[in-house]
Amino acid sequence: MPRKRLDVPSVEHLSVVDEEGHVDESLEPSIPADDLRRLYRTFLLARRFDERMLRLQRQGRIGTFGPIRGHEAAVLGSVFALQRTDWMVPYYREWPAYMWRGWPLDNLILYYAGYAEGMRVPDGIRDLPLCIPIASQMPHAVGLAYASRFKGEGSVAMVYFGDGASSHGDCQEAMNFAGVFQVPLVFFCLNNQWAISLPRAKQSHARTLAQKAIAYGFPGVQVDGNDLLACYVAAREAVDRARRGEGPTLIEALTYRLSLHTTADDPTKYRDEAEVKAWEAREPLPRFRRYLEAKGVLDAAAEAAVEAEVDAEIRAAVERAEARMQASLLDGFEHVYAEPTEELRGQRAELERELAASAEAAHG
Amino acid sequence: MTEQRKLTMVQAINLALMQEMERDDDVLVLGEDIGVDGGVFRVTDGLLAKFGEQRVIDTPLAEGAIVGMAIGMAIYGLKPVPEIQFSGFSFQAFHQIENHAARYRARTRGRYHIQMVVRMPYGGGVRALEHHSESEEAYYAHTPGLKIVIPSSPRSARALLVSAIRDPDTVIFFEPKALYHAVKEEVPVAEETWPIGKARVVREGRNLTLVAYGAMLHRCLEVAERVRAEDGAEVEVVDLLSISPMDTETIAVSARKTGRVVVAHEAQRSFGVGAEVIARVVETAFLQLSAPVRRVTAFDIVYPGFARERGWLPGPDRVLRAVRETLSF
Repeated sequence: MPRKRLDVPSVEHLSVVDEEGHVDESLEPSIPADDLRRLYRTFLLARRFDERMLRLQRQGRIGTFGPIRGHEAAVLGSVFALQRTDWMVPYYREWPAYMWRGWPLDNLILYYAGYAEGMRVPDGIRDLPLCIPIASQMPHAVGLAYASRFKGEGSVAMVYFGDGASSHGDCQEAMNFAGVFQVPLVFFCLNNQWAISLPRAKQSHARTLAQKAIAYGFPGVQVDGNDLLACYVAAREAVDRARRGEGPTLIEALTYRLSLHTTADDPTKYRDEAEVKAWEAREPLPRFRRYLEAKGVLDAAAEAAVEAEVDAEIRAAVERAEARMQASLLDGFEHVYAEPTEELRGQRAELERELAASAEAAHG
Repeated sequence: MTEQRKLTMVQAINLALMQEMERDDDVLVLGEDIGVDGGVFRVTDGLLAKFGEQRVIDTPLAEGAIVGMAIGMAIYGLKPVPEIQFSGFSFQAFHQIENHAARYRARTRGRYHIQMVVRMPYGGGVRALEHHSESEEAYYAHTPGLKIVIPSSPRSARALLVSAIRDPDTVIFFEPKALYHAVKEEVPVAEETWPIGKARVVREGRNLTLVAYGAMLHRCLEVAERVRAEDGAEVEVVDLLSISPMDTETIAVSARKTGRVVVAHEAQRSFGVGAEVIARVVETAFLQLSAPVRRVTAFDIVYPGFARERGWLPGPDRVLRAVRETLSF
């Protein structure tokens, strides 16, 4: 037979809770009520933090900030599938995952206020710092997953990236390496439809981004990224597969960047307000809230209590961060190498003399 | 007396890898054709048979992912030694090295560091195609957080590679491929380390300082010998070994003593290592200088193909001319 159809795997789409909050019980994961309440609290914390950070930026108290509004369900549903000893590799917008994993909020504020030490990953947390060069974090996740298996330690890695990153060589190289080495890794693509001004349709002519996994020999699945439970179910299955030694998975979460790319961006220039409004109606917080209310794990009184709690937490974090904003550059010399070189010691002394001279002039 | 073996640079580097992998289970090597094939220069020959495919990893063809994956391994705590088949292809991994390997320690205030040695053959003189003959050290030396090491002999290659593998920071290890098989040297079988960041005065002299590294060092030693025989002048030769950190002290002491300095390298001239050496000489020995400091380098043109390489790279004649002009200034 000169022509025949090859049997290539296809891509599944998964959704568990619909836009009205109705759940497909056959797919509903069993999540303890305490975890659901913690997820809701972190969701709200992320949402209010996002809003507060935008205000702080407009007030000139922090610098450029990349808001997350709309992505929270995808990030939290997926990170919830990780164990504490697993590795979480973000791109530059997954700070709700940091919140879930126990980062102090003031670190994040400090970072966005221009203090590099905010990205010091807290001890005991296996996260990588935010990564700004698009897709370049993805090979690191392959290495972490390889090392984990090499050490026989049983941890897996999850790496986040966007629809824009999916065009990048680093993304394709990382997926290829992960497939070849069958490492315990989950690729989690936050397809938010826009890479700054470029719409998803112009990013790739492929019908789905999930199908790119097929080319590298592992499964790809598409989920409703505004459905926290669907993101959790897909991530959990992928994490379990990875932990069983069955290799990587690509998950494409369909969501929407409801806010700006960053505070330096004006989306009215390139996208239609009607499109934003349509996605705003499908945004993930009310859907998750309706699900929790229907399940009886959340009521109006509890919601109000959580609102007050996260508000206080953010206020305290801003105060702590602002108290930590010490502008001395001297610290920067300490971590270039394990030991400062002769050259660096000389340059540090140069800066110290400069600081001493300006202190003297100020007291003059 | 300690046991010595007469080895080529390829064999000496292989010895360093063998011994470090035996000593430390966290050391692993990865790259294109480095396993079954033993590397295109046979530097990693025999490692796969000895350590298995989990530690001697034949990777798909993608320099960025080779280095990027090694960075992830290093974050975890392994000590990867990725090989880039030719330094001309290292630009495909440059963003991983500059954006990540060099910065991780600083960005995380020491929570993570990248203990990794990126090995790559570099330099000309082997009649190879474009992208197989260039010298890229200056691109890397400009980056804080990296160490750049270039050995000049089998023994220095072995001792410095061992130091590099044990160094807690990222080391870019350039192997002068013209020297891979050119000379044999006695190398101690027992472990030997040389400090990174230290240059060596390989020949003493009082009339002029010749600073070089890698394959250029041998051309400079040749010139020093000739100048003694023909001109009666004593040329001191400094082998940098470490481009970054640069051993300013050794250069300064020699420059103050001789008052005349020539620096030679295979890389193009402008904005290169030679310029940095001169800046340091001027900063530390200006008042002792008796002549302008000269650079002997490749011309600032694109690699012209190996048929014209001998005219492009600075040979002994060009070094000799610069030395004589500087001596008689």
